[in-house]
Parts: sequence; structure tokens; C-alpha cells
Amino acid sequence: MENLYSLILLLPFLGATVIGLGGFVSPGFRKNEAGIGALATLMVLVPFFLVAYAFLNYHGPIDFGLFGSDPKSLQWMSGGKLDIYFGYRLDELSLTMALIVTGVGSLIHLYSISYMHGDRGFYKFFLYLNLFIFAMLNLVLGNNLVVLFLGWEGVGACSYFLIGFWYEDMEKAKAAQKAFVANRIGDFAMICAMMILYTSLGTLTISGDNSILSNLHLLDGTAAWLVPLLLFLAATGKSAQIPLYVWLPDAMAGPTPVSALIHAATMVTSGIYLIARMGGAYLTPEAESIRLIVAIGGAATAVMAAMIAVAQNDIKKVLAYSTVSQLGFMFMALGAGAFTTAIFHVMTHAFFKACLFLGSGSVIHAMHHMHSVKDPQDIRTMGNLKKYMPSTHMTFFISTLAIAGIPGLAGFFSKDEILTMAFMNGMNGSYAYYLVWGVGMLTALMTAFYMTRVYFLTFRGSERFPMEHGKGHHDHGHDDHGHDHHGHDGHGHSHTPHESPALMTIPLWILAGLAIVGGYLGLPGLIPHAHALNNWLGGHDGHGGTIDMTHYHRLEETAHHHMAVEVGLILLSIGIAVGGVLFAWRLYSKHGLKGDEMVKNRLGKFYTHMSNKFYVDELYQKIIIDPFVFLGRNVVMAFDKWVLDGAVNGLGNLVLFLGDTLKLLQTGLVSQYALMVVLGVVAILTYLIVA
Amino acid sequence: MEPTPYYYLAVSAAMFGIGIIGVLTRKNAIVVFMCVELMLNAVNLSLVTFSRMSGTADGSMFVFFVMCVAAAEAVVGLAIVIAMFRNRQDIDINNFNIFKW
Amino acid sequence: MELQSSLFWLFAVLGLAGGIGLLLNRNPIYAALSLIVNFFSLAGLYLSLQAEFLAIIQVLVYAGAIMVLFLFVIMLLNLKSEDKSDFTPTRILAFLLGIAFVAEMLMVFRGVTSSTESSFLQGEFAFGQVEQVGMELMTRYIFPFEMISVVLIAALVGAIVVAKKYNYENRNTNEESNS
Repeated sequence: MENLYSLILLLPFLGATVIGLGGFVSPGFRKNEAGIGALATLMVLVPFFLVAYAFLNYHGPIDFGLFGSDPKSLQWMSGGKLDIYFGYRLDELSLTMALIVTGVGSLIHLYSISYMHGDRGFYKFFLYLNLFIFAMLNLVLGNNLVVLFLGWEGVGACSYFLIGFWYEDMEKAKAAQKAFVANRIGDFAMICAMMILYTSLGTLTISGDNSILSNLHLLDGTAAWLVPLLLFLAATGKSAQIPLYVWLPDAMAGPTPVSALIHAATMVTSGIYLIARMGGAYLTPEAESIRLIVAIGGAATAVMAAMIAVAQNDIKKVLAYSTVSQLGFMFMALGAGAFTTAIFHVMTHAFFKACLFLGSGSVIHAMHHMHSVKDPQDIRTMGNLKKYMPSTHMTFFISTLAIAGIPGLAGFFSKDEILTMAFMNGMNGSYAYYLVWGVGMLTALMTAFYMTRVYFLTFRGSERFPMEHGKGHHDHGHDDHGHDHHGHDGHGHSHTPHESPALMTIPLWILAGLAIVGGYLGLPGLIPHAHALNNWLGGHDGHGGTIDMTHYHRLEETAHHHMAVEVGLILLSIGIAVGGVLFAWRLYSKHGLKGDEMVKNRLGKFYTHMSNKFYVDELYQKIIIDPFVFLGRNVVMAFDKWVLDGAVNGLGNLVLFLGDTLKLLQTGLVSQYALMVVLGVVAILTYLIVA
Repeated sequence: MEPTPYYYLAVSAAMFGIGIIGVLTRKNAIVVFMCVELMLNAVNLSLVTFSRMSGTADGSMFVFFVMCVAAAEAVVGLAIVIAMFRNRQDIDINNFNIFKW
Repeated sequence: MELQSSLFWLFAVLGLAGGIGLLLNRNPIYAALSLIVNFFSLAGLYLSLQAEFLAIIQVLVYAGAIMVLFLFVIMLLNLKSEDKSDFTPTRILAFLLGIAFVAEMLMVFRGVTSSTESSFLQGEFAFGQVEQVGMELMTRYIFPFEMISVVLIAALVGAIVVAKKYNYENRNTNEESNS
């Protein structure tokens, strides 16, 4: 059975290749949507079953390679003392991530079959999706930093392809480029970290014998804090934290399944995965200040993104900023030394955020089919969709409550654990973590508020979409929906929204169900030894486990000693969650859209700043991009034009000049040619006589 | 003074030099040809001298063949001159320069 | 030996004078006649080198046939004297090159012949006689001998083809050659 684990990676890659080649070569293949969709989904579903099998039969880490069970089966590169193989490892952490990736991934593949129906680039979409799954699996399963980096860059590239899927629209293409460039900056930090690790430790293998994790004590002073810092910088690129988060909201230009898969559940969690995996590096005494930086960075991002989300009117933008905010929570957990908690939140967030995104896709799909709606993503023209789209409504509602932190649903357990652990760090002496906790609480309040706001304005209240029909087929912009021809010519114009087909609602229900039960994997420490996830990831009774739990156990100790504080914190967070939801509910049910006005009046100028995303994009444009463009245009381009082109053209001109000059020798006069001959003879004779 | 081989060779060299100057200087195509014949004869002289010096037959035999070839070459060359003249009524070699750049 | 050396000097000077005459005469007929003088003196030089056969051949072939041919062509084309020519850089360079060449060859010859001065013209030269030449031709040099006949035929054919008058009315067109 071990030999089959390579299929986990090979199948998505095979799927991508087959779909790509087939679509490129044969138009008939391209039209076969059912076939392509089924193939692509299968290529992710089978790996899911393989991973599930490995999970159920787990008794220790398994190393395997790309072509069989030998991790050294395929060598990638070697030079000097460095040998890089395509080696992968199934251990607790990578299994957890792989389950999320393949599980949520296959649900989204299923959803996309219906969502992308009729699109001209249908096969390309699944090609990229499969390729993305392959890259992501490389990232989470890879057992050396180079294979991980392959996956890291691969998901960045696939993100670029998928965000810019409708590349004919310049804005979307620009968004894709922005994502790629921001990622690239993070990649550079990652490469620096890899170089430092290699020169200090001589190996790039992550776990196992003679690996980075087993040799962490060999890192000297500077490397011990520089590597965690660089890895964190890399993570801010991938996981959209300050300062590199600016690409994520723009990435909403891609199709909604892309937003769900890549920018909610999988790619953006790679940063957290990286730090969790290299957790040991963050627990050294030199790295203590770096942990604080991580926590503060996460907290700042979380609260800033939440503030921006309150003032947004595009449903996907709200979800995007919500993702940035929740990722901030995960970084708070990492900074607090609670790596398993961060992974826990990754998991629950994947469930409810993917559900929210897919739900929004369903809504947009319905809005799009109403010809009178100008912007199918604007919540100001929605309302009372509960009546028309029951499945979408219920799943969205469940996920909203989950993200707000209502007890009993998944988000409550994970978010609460993060905040508790942050507080415990404070009680252990690092008082800065109290601030982190406070900011987290504020963010949780705002999360509850804005998510309820979005839910209410979309699904409840009065119907604000124009109900006219008979207006004819006017051109509405293709914000999110790539129908070149209207796939619903059958029933003419829709003038009410309608529920989405089953292929879209089934994944919604599955994810909503997971958002309910997923939290019970991490019951709070009040109930001893009941935290299944911690036991799994961190080891039980001293054996097993991938993540270093020393710090976590210290925090748990503190919590146990201060039981009252812990209970109080839980009650406080329940109060905040419920309070936020109720406040928003009341505000918007009573006043509808005017609730926004009341908020605006309360906050005054600050609301404008929030709505303008705090001008960060403009700031970056001014201080980074414009200077580079200026430099490029005036220095580099000048160099290229004058020096390089000058040299090349000059060479050509030199040859022409020589030709022009030398051709004058050819006069056509025989006597002159004879003269040349005699000249040559005399010259040679002279040489022979003299020398 | 008894003529040593050097004298004969000196004569040969001088004739050859005169021939060179003639080839490079004269305008009339036929005169250029005659200078070429002069050069050939200079070489014949030096060949015979060397043959006499070493007492072998090779030099003399070579001269024999050179004479035959020179005859053939003169024939063909003059035919070409006739063709040239028919074409342009003029055999000034400085006017035949169509192969210039 | 006096006769020998004085004959040598006579013929040498005469030969060089003929060459210079060829060089300087502007009338082509006069230039051809100077060359004939040169050829005769060369024959004399051959005789002084005891290469009798070659001397006779020189007169017969060169002076008797080739120069006659030259004179025929000159007179056929009715060439006039050349004009007086000026001293262009090309001519000066040509002159200098000629001088340089002669000087260098003299140097070379000096180096070659310094050792064989004593017994030069003593003794018999076996290969000046017809019998010896004939023997050599028919045994060691049989192949070049045969090839020379091919060369001569080629020259003959070539000359006829090149010098033939091209008849524009009766020339071969594509239609006729298909028969």
C-alpha cells in the first residue's frame, strides 16, 4: 500500500496533463464538460481516499517518493554536498493538511463543474485547479524545503493563472500580476531563510534523521532569530498579512471557486503551515521576540482587515478581508506558541470560509441571471434571498454563525482557544500578549458584526434588486461570471433569483455540516485530554506527534492553575460573539440599508478611511511602485537602449563599415589584383628572409 | 670572370623582375601577355642552371614541359584577347572592370 | 674561358636589353621584336650552359611560333601605339615591388649557390643532347609527355571555341536543339 501513496501526488498532475493536452489538441474534448469535470474531480477525490486511508491506518510517519515508497526514487538536483530528492512524508501534521486540501478541494471541483458551465475556458479551469492541487500537495507533503518551495511557488503560479482566468479584462490581469509580485517578495525571504538554514545546518530536509528539525540546536545566535523572521516574512506574502496582504482583496477578480479554494482554504494557509512545521525554530530562546512580532503582526492585520470589512459593499470583498482577518488570528496563535491551535483554526476556517465563498458564488450566480442587476456582487442590490435560495441561505447562515464564534459551532472552539492561549502568554510574563488578546477580542466583535451585516443585507430584509423584466439583454460587466453565452436561454430573462443546481448546493451542505461538527475535534482544555486534535498533532502520553508542544503545555498549565480566568475568558468571548451578532441583527433588521448610514454617522471621517481600505494601495503605489517604474524607465531602459542595443547595433554597424571600406579594394582591374599578388609574395619573401 | 651559377641566376632574377614590372604597369593586354612569357623564360633559365649545377635531368625536363604549356597558354590567351577586342574594339585592360563593387 | 665569359656577358646584356625594350616600347610591334631579341639571347645562354636541345627548342617554339602568333594577333587587331603614360602611385609601387623582388631573389640565390662555384661549367652535361632527353622523356617522364598532348588538344579546342565568331542569326535556340 505504501507504493500507492505516490499516487496522491501523481494523480492531480496526471489530471492536469491529460486535460491540458486534450483541451489543447481537440475541440471535441473541450466541449465535453462532464468528462473533464468528472476526471478532474476524480483526480482529487482518489488522493483524498488515499490520505484518509493513511490517516485511519496511521502508526508512525511514512516517507515516500514520487515513484514509489523510496523517498530517494527521483533525484531533482545535486551539487557538492547537497542532494535534493522528491521526498515526501506522511506524518500527523501533513496528513491533517492533506485531508483539508484534498477534501475541500474535491468539493470545490464538484462545485466548479456547475459554476463554470458554458465558459469558453472550461478545460483550462480544471487544468489549473488540478495543477494547483498538485502544487499544494507538494507543499504540505514535501519533506525538504526545496520540494516545499516547489509547491510554494507552484501555488503562487496557479493563483496567478486562476486569478487572471478572464485575462481579457485588464483589471483582472492586473490583479493577477499584483498577487504574483506580492508573493514573490515573500518568496525571496523564503529563499534567504533556506540559504541560511543550509549553510548553518548542512541539510534542507525538514523532518527525520539529519534534518532541520532535529538539528535546530545547531543554529547560532543570529540565524536563530533571523530564520524565523524570514520565514514569517515569506508567510506574510503567501498568507496575506501586513505588509503583503494587498493582493488578496484584488484576487477576488478570479472566479468564486478559486477564491474559495485558494484564497480561503488552502494556499493562504501555507504560511501558517510553514511556521507550524518549523515550529521548533520559533521556540528557541533567541526567537522569543520573533514570536511576539508574529503575534503583533497577526493582531494588527486582523483588526485592520476587520475594520475595512465593515465598510465594504461587495460581498466577495467582505469575505476577502474577513479571510485576511482570520489569517491574522492564526498568526496570533502561532505567535503565542500554540501551533496546534493555529492548525485547528486553519481547519475550521477552511470549512466555514469555503462554505461562505461558495455560497456567495451561488448568490452571484443567481444575481447574474437577473438582467436588471448592474453589479451582481453588490449587497446593496440584494435582500430577502432567503425566500428564493433556501439551501444557500441556510448554509451561509450556519457559516456566518460559525465565523462569528457562536458556541457549539466550529469557529467558537478554535477562535476561543487562540484568544485563551494569547492571554495565557500574558499571564506567564510577556505582558505584550495582553494587548494581543485585547485586539483579538475587538476583532472578534467586529467579525461578528460585519458577517451578520452581510448575511442580513443579502438574505433578509427587503428586496432591493430591481424587478423589471422585458428590458432586453443589456450588457452587464463580467465581474465574476464568465458566461459568454447565456446558458439559460431556455427560460428567457429571469426576474427573480433562483436556487443553484445540486452540484453547487451539495458541497455547500457538506461544508456547512463540517462547520458544525469540526469544532468538536478541539474541546477546550477544561475537559482534560479531550482535545483530539492536540493529541493527534502534538502526541499523546509522550509518543507520536509532529508539533513541539512544550510551550503549549506550559500555557495549559497556567490555564489550569487559573481555572476561573479561563472560564471567564470563555464567557467573555461568548458574550462578544452573541452581542455582536445581536447588535448587527437589530440594527439591520430595523433600518435595513440605512443601518450603514447610522454607522457612518457614528464613526464620521473614520468610516471613509475604512471604506477606502486605509489608502494602503495608494501608499504602496507612491513609495514603492512609482520609484521602481521611474528607475526602470529612465535608468534601466536607458541602459538597455543605449549601452546594450548600442553595443549590438554598433557591432553590426562596424561590420557594415568594414564591408563598405574593404569593398573598395575590388576595382575589377586585373593589374591591380596582380599588384596585390606581387605585394603578398614580396611580403612573404621578406618575412622568410628576415626571420 | 668566369660565369658562376650566381650570374645566370642573377640574370634570371632580373628578367623576372622586368617581367613583373611589365605585367603591373602596361596597359595593352597583349603586351602584358608578352611580359608573362618573359617571366616564364626567366624561370626556364634558372631551371636549366640548377639542372646543370646538380647534373640531373629533372630541371631540363621541366623546362621542356614549361615550354609546351607556355605555348598552349599563349594560344588560348590570344584567343581571349581576340574575343575581347571583338566585344569592345579596345584591349586596354584598365577598361575591363565590370567586376568591381 | 675568355670566350665563354664574354659570350655570357654578351648574351646576358642583350637579353636584359630586350626585356627592357619590351617594357618601355609603346608600340606593340616594337615590344614584340624586343622580346624576340630576348629569346634569341636566352637560346645563346642555354648553349653556353651546354643545353643544346633546349636552345634549339627555344628558338623553334618560342621565337619561331609563339612570337609569330603574337605578331599575327597584333597586326590582326591593328593595334596602335600606347599614349605616354604618367607616373601614378600604382606604377611607382609596381616599380618598387619589382626592384624589391629582384633584390630578395638575389639574396636567396646568393645563399643557394655559394658552394658550387668551382666545378660549374667543367665536365659534361649529359642531358643537353637529344638522345638523353629522348630517353628521359620515354621512360621517366612518359606520363607528363602524354598529358602534354592532352593539354595541347585542350588548348586547341579552347582557342577555336573562344575565338569563333558568334553568329547571332544561326545560333542554337531551344526549339532546334530538341530534335
